[in-house]
Amino acid sequence: MTEAPLLRVRNLGRNYGRTVAVKDVSFDLWPGEALGIIGESGSGKTTLLNCLFGGLEPHAGTIEYRQRDDAVVDVALLSEARRRLLMRTEWGFVHQNPHDGLRMSLSAGANVGERLMAVGERVYHSIRSEATDWLRKVEMDVARIDDLPRSFSGGMQQRLQIARNLVNRPRLVFMDEPTGGLDVSVQARLLDLLRGLVADLGLSVVVVTHDLGVVRLLTHRLMVMQAGEVVEQGLTDQVLDDPQHPYSQLLVASVLPT
Amino acid sequence: MYVAVKGGERAIENSLRYLADERRGDRSLPDVTLEQIGEQFTLAVDRVMGEGSLYDRELAALAVKQARGDLVEAIFLLRAYRTTLPRFGATRPIETGRLRLRRRISAAFKDIPGGQILGPSFDYTHRLLDFALAAGGPVPEGLGEAAAAAPAPRVADLLGREGLIEAAEPATDEQAAPDLTREPLGFPAPRELRLQNLARGDEGFLLALGYSTQRGYGNNHPFAGEIRQGEASVEFVPEELGFAVEIAEIDVTECDMINQFKGSAHIPPQFTRGYGLVFGGSERKAMAMALVDRALRARELGEEADAPAQHEEFVLYHSDNVEASGFVQHLKLPHYVDFQAELVQVRAMRAAATARRDAALDEAAE
Amino acid sequence: MSAAMPDRESPAAGYSFAYLDEQTKRMIRRAILKAVAIPGYQVPFGSREMPLPYGWGTGGIQVTASIIGIDDTLKVIDQGADDTTNAVSIRRFFRRTAGVATTERTAEASIVQTRHRIPETPLREGQILVYQVPIPEPLRWLEPREAETRKMHALADYGAMQVRLYEDIATYGRIARTYDYPVQVNDRYVMAPSPIPKFDNPKMDRNPALQLFGAGREKRIYAVPPYTKVKSLDFDDYPFSVQTWDRPCALCGSTTSFLDEVITDDRGGRMFVCSDSEYCAGQVAGQRAAAGGKDGPGHD
Repeated sequence: MTEAPLLRVRNLGRNYGRTVAVKDVSFDLWPGEALGIIGESGSGKTTLLNCLFGGLEPHAGTIEYRQRDDAVVDVALLSEARRRLLMRTEWGFVHQNPHDGLRMSLSAGANVGERLMAVGERVYHSIRSEATDWLRKVEMDVARIDDLPRSFSGGMQQRLQIARNLVNRPRLVFMDEPTGGLDVSVQARLLDLLRGLVADLGLSVVVVTHDLGVVRLLTHRLMVMQAGEVVEQGLTDQVLDDPQHPYSQLLVASVLPT
Repeated sequence: MYVAVKGGERAIENSLRYLADERRGDRSLPDVTLEQIGEQFTLAVDRVMGEGSLYDRELAALAVKQARGDLVEAIFLLRAYRTTLPRFGATRPIETGRLRLRRRISAAFKDIPGGQILGPSFDYTHRLLDFALAAGGPVPEGLGEAAAAAPAPRVADLLGREGLIEAAEPATDEQAAPDLTREPLGFPAPRELRLQNLARGDEGFLLALGYSTQRGYGNNHPFAGEIRQGEASVEFVPEELGFAVEIAEIDVTECDMINQFKGSAHIPPQFTRGYGLVFGGSERKAMAMALVDRALRARELGEEADAPAQHEEFVLYHSDNVEASGFVQHLKLPHYVDFQAELVQVRAMRAAATARRDAALDEAAE
Repeated sequence: MSAAMPDRESPAAGYSFAYLDEQTKRMIRRAILKAVAIPGYQVPFGSREMPLPYGWGTGGIQVTASIIGIDDTLKVIDQGADDTTNAVSIRRFFRRTAGVATTERTAEASIVQTRHRIPETPLREGQILVYQVPIPEPLRWLEPREAETRKMHALADYGAMQVRLYEDIATYGRIARTYDYPVQVNDRYVMAPSPIPKFDNPKMDRNPALQLFGAGREKRIYAVPPYTKVKSLDFDDYPFSVQTWDRPCALCGSTTSFLDEVITDDRGGRMFVCSDSEYCAGQVAGQRAAAGGKDGPGHD
């Protein structure tokens, strides 16, 4: 693909009191690459995610992000102002619960258009037509552009959250259990949508999940976490078809056949 | 021909005169004196001093009289007066451990050194209207002073000696106590400022919030560790003298709540505290204050803080009844210009909607 | 016409000039200076309890009390009129506690304290307009938490405000705010102009007078220095517009001033008259003089 990685993580560590939550994690993420982080609850995967996008301060190691203008910044050292700017212009974050990632009291159109307005878009019709476009891209009924999120199903709310995050053409999207809490069939359709969008837009993605089906469909590479450490990483298909580490083998083996 | 109504000044003067007349009422009845209010409506005066943030029984009695018995109005009067007073320093903290006790009880222990002193309280009455009071007549002497002789260490200190209750952190610098009435409140607010806010806060509001914590909205398992009421000496150290001088004796009520213990299998648990302190005998207020104080400490004690009483900004911004009364009642002021702006808008939108509907009907008819 | 009445009755019970003690005034003036240095930014200040209730203009009163001197001439209006009870009350307050001259003529005032209107008569350099503000935080309806709104201002994170305007257009086909319409000052801070009708917003832009805003209960002071840019928020294709009426003032015939609706009978009869009573009377007087008649009916 290209020259330098988008995200470079070296020896990342984070504790809670005397408990080690994340220990010595290192990896690179390239433009257009989707990375999965998989483990059970308590594996440290959520803590790792929170450190990556600057929500938590790491106690050890570095997280370097290469911006659109090629400047490299250390995420942990960013001021709140810079971080919020990055969230508006280059990053996205899809929450497990759409209520955390949407403004529930604003219409679908307002939710999608907000980031455009936050970076200075001042023509109402442009905002509305772009919001309409994105609703179409995430396969939602554009006639519902003025409806409130609570009138949508869980799957629709998640699609709305995705549209809201992609409208500002981010380069890196973080996802926390993006299909958690949804019906199996709804999950499948959502994953298909995500896979298409990620490929079409050349997005880089970091997705944290306990669900092997999600990483199988969505990611190129995979990291398996146990007790705060990465016990195995590699190409998703390879790790899932031929796991080397005993814990990975346990994980893969315990997935019930569908 | 329409002429705008003038004479606002005269109307106001007439209103003030009417008010004074109503306040005095039937001239054949004796004018209520400040001494009567201070002596016989003590608890009204206590509340006005507490929420007015000014300890002066006579001024508070005057405020009650001027406000025709409306205590929130009286509190406003006292606060406005307080604004004009010069500040010449801070006293030493009062020693509530050394109150000349009139009342002292604990629900946490059956008996305690110094005893359970009931004092003058409504708690032991039956709420039966006493028609003898209406008739007037002689009232026998009470048995006050004798009871308060034995030393009465604070229950919290007794528990503290065993390490059972969190220690009260002493202030690092006596002179540095922040002053809510001089600086605006910022968030997150330190406990000293929260307690100041609660001390002047509306009793009804705090009572309701405290009650809510007992009903599941942020429960903190309170026990009334100790409630004590009595006189404290107020001491001040003038710079010129360099030593403390007693400048006043004030009546206060203090409530120490013992709350949900904090700790785990590894960290030895201790009870936590809630604290209330008020002027005079406003015991209900002191207790409510202690419950809300503890609720507001939720976050610093690592608890989930999602009940209204635990919501710092919600509690502290809405506890002041002078602010609340002003803003609620300001709705009586003319707002007709803004209302006119809304009227113009709504009429225009309705006209547009009708025009659209008519145009649609016309189209359909063709 | 109320001329200067140097009401120098000695202040009762030792009250200071204009009620507040000098230290408090100094504290408020420091807050005002900071506000002027950062146009549109809300400066927290130690608001004092005043003899009028919160909600009745204690912020405006504290600002006026801190800047007023014995040589000033004060005009006080509420809803544009000098004789509404609130304006009368505040004018009395300053006469009693400061003994300053008061006036109803905008052109003669050095300080104008106002609730909910900007006078129709254009202001000059050297005049000060003091606004009474109930809710100083323009983002309050989007975000009740003070900690969060402070951050939004610090980071110029105003997307949520613009979104609210978008939502209005999506719902009503137009921006629905008709008063306290948010503005951006000096291309930086979004500010609440106080509940003046949006009709008055354009008057704020590059006004030669100094505009000060006091919120007593909320304890904030902010300012717009003379000749500062003040722009009402909008969209390029849904630009800001002001209210209009389909008839002129019934008294003076003005087609350019804000009109109050007066209900004259219970059969739907109504008439529209200037909200700014002094301006209206001045127009009428000017017309009579031009027509060769006497001055219009006297007004106090």
